[in-house]
Amino acid sequence: MEIQPAWVEALTGGAMIGLAAAGLLLVNGRVAGISGILSNAVRGTPGVWRWAFLIGLVAAPLWTPMLGLPYAIAHHQGGLIQIALAGLLVGIGTQMGSGCTSGHGVCGIANFSLRSLTATVIFMVVAAATVFVIRHLVPIVTGG
Amino acid sequence: MREILPIFTAGFLGLLFGLGLITSQMTDPDRIVDFLDVVGDWDPTLAFVMIGAVAVAAPAFVIARGRERSLLGETIALPDRKRIDRPLMLGAAIFGIGWGLAGICPGPGIALLGTLDGGALVFLPAVIAGMFIARLRPS
Repeated sequence: MEIQPAWVEALTGGAMIGLAAAGLLLVNGRVAGISGILSNAVRGTPGVWRWAFLIGLVAAPLWTPMLGLPYAIAHHQGGLIQIALAGLLVGIGTQMGSGCTSGHGVCGIANFSLRSLTATVIFMVVAAATVFVIRHLVPIVTGG
Repeated sequence: MREILPIFTAGFLGLLFGLGLITSQMTDPDRIVDFLDVVGDWDPTLAFVMIGAVAVAAPAFVIARGRERSLLGETIALPDRKRIDRPLMLGAAIFGIGWGLAGICPGPGIALLGTLDGGALVFLPAVIAGMFIARLRPS
């Protein structure tokens, strides 16, 4: 396999995510788990820093063109009903499982947590199975 | 100043986090689903996102473990839970179904809000609703 430009972009972007997580931990003393930050912010847990972090996140797409980075463009996988259902499941799952891709997948694994590694393996495998059903099984069943 | 500075740094770090998500294309559901589609035409690109992120974040966690206070003097709140229990596994599985269904996880969902993307405008309120629903259960 040849090294592709997209892999370098992915590695660079990943390093930026890791740097932000490292910074939040060492400067603010907090773990960059996005679902946890969101959940606590909307519940009114004291800590204005959470809202500041979320506002920074929302502002990111406005900055990338100026910094010569890619535009944030989303090619969605389904209609709004499918997205709403997905959102509901993401909310329930991350609350129940105490984390998402960032909290368990990045910070938890960086912290050598077996608990987070377990969660990451489970959500990756289940997500891959879900994609398999939608992309390969449903078209066969519906004859599409 | 002690009150303001952590808010300022958190805002900047949230921005950096978002720039990383966009640079690595985590904000494009199509790329996420191509990565998750292991039996189809698998695109391994997004694995490099996690490798890059963990490689940079891991030393910070090692440093943090030996310290009680952050650079701004805040208590370092490291998660200390170790139990691999039912809520963790069930929650991760439910999150996995949602992630596979739309190809959006919470970080990119929030970042996409800044583009006024229609999908994100529907996704995020649903995530927040799901979080409140999950908290209705006595735990």
